[in-house]
Amino acid sequence: MNKVVQNAKEAIAGIESGMTLMVGGFGLCGIPEHCIHALTETELKELTCISNNAGVDDFGLGLLLQKKQIKKMISSYVGENAEFERQLLHGELEVELIPQGTLAERCRAGGAGIPAFYVPAGYGTEVAEGKEVRAFNDKPHLLEYALTADFAIVKAWKGDTHGNLIYKETAGNFNHPMATAGRITIAEVEELVPAGQLNPMQIHTPGVYIKRIFQGTHYEKRIEQLTEQ
Amino acid sequence: MSLTKQQIAQRIAQELKDGYYVNLGIGIPTLVANYIPEGIEVVLQSENGMLGMGPFPKKGAADPDLINAGKQTVTIRPGGVFFDSATSFAMIRGGHIDLTVLGAFEVSDTGDIASWKIPGKMVKGMGGAMDLVAAAKNIIVAMQHTSKDGQSKLLTQCTLPLTGVKCIKKIVTDLAVLDVTDEGFVLLERAPGVSVEDIKAATAGRLVVKGNIPEIVLA
Repeated sequence: MNKVVQNAKEAIAGIESGMTLMVGGFGLCGIPEHCIHALTETELKELTCISNNAGVDDFGLGLLLQKKQIKKMISSYVGENAEFERQLLHGELEVELIPQGTLAERCRAGGAGIPAFYVPAGYGTEVAEGKEVRAFNDKPHLLEYALTADFAIVKAWKGDTHGNLIYKETAGNFNHPMATAGRITIAEVEELVPAGQLNPMQIHTPGVYIKRIFQGTHYEKRIEQLTEQ
Repeated sequence: MSLTKQQIAQRIAQELKDGYYVNLGIGIPTLVANYIPEGIEVVLQSENGMLGMGPFPKKGAADPDLINAGKQTVTIRPGGVFFDSATSFAMIRGGHIDLTVLGAFEVSDTGDIASWKIPGKMVKGMGGAMDLVAAAKNIIVAMQHTSKDGQSKLLTQCTLPLTGVKCIKKIVTDLAVLDVTDEGFVLLERAPGVSVEDIKAATAGRLVVKGNIPEIVLA
């Protein structure tokens, strides 16, 4: 078993233009910042990114938007990004908005081998357009399909050489469900240790889902909304 | 006198009960956390993956890995816990959250809510609002009764794109506390000094007024 790669550039090898990527994080919290940076240094284009948000203008997925490397975003909330808005209004970017819980569950289902499922979210709204409706216990539900990706890119706090991951605080968010749903999942971690050094009772994402792992250095971890007492 | 945003939050806080797990939306709902009654314990859920959300951190103590669903830096209370987004919405969808408080642009007298999109303006997305309104057992909307130009936001039918249908049970506005029932909006309480006639004039949807309507009492 050899999952460890040296850096982000090596980790993203094999990603091609036109592919679908899942990118973990919520806002700027828990995003795989080194892999995103490495993607900006490639000529990859026409990417479809499944990510809860689209970063800000100069950080996170906003960096890929600036370089016009993204063709389509699949997200639940995409505010806080002027370049995103410009590309959307000029028809340069496709956007599919999905209720946040449905997005998370579609990723979970994709990783769990469940092709589709019913949820109540979005019934009676424009999200329901074209979707099968079925009532359970007299309550209408929408049929939603699983999501998978060519590559999923996630970020964790600690990881080991088997790919077992532990997230810090709220930085787990979409990283865990997305880690399960990539055909190839890349994990970047703040601290990489030999297998056996993490407590097996405290692992959030079992290593079976992870194909490549590396330790990033100098995480910026930008704060989007600094609020203090 | 119509209620301030803080007073709307204060009135909603009276609906909290000991042991409640509560999801507070962005805006006025967030202020509810400041008025949790003495002697009861309420656990705040943040849908990005936390139970037991605490206040903003002290100056200099902000942690970029610890944020709420509004992407603000926060803290966690003793007994709090972190989890991933799929788990978070499973507890929402599964009906384990006792109360959801959120804002709205419009509510209809059948309990429909519009809160996420204004056609012609930039569409930012629904975030978790559709999941929350579709699943919560108990939803309170915190909102202004009318728009800045005096148009009612309590309607027969919403004019803006919907967030959910037939899901809102209670509304607290700057003018009144109302239940949403099969008969329409049922007026329960009015803001101090605001008359039933004022509320009728500000409500475009069906409004039911039964007996004497007491004034809102804020502790």
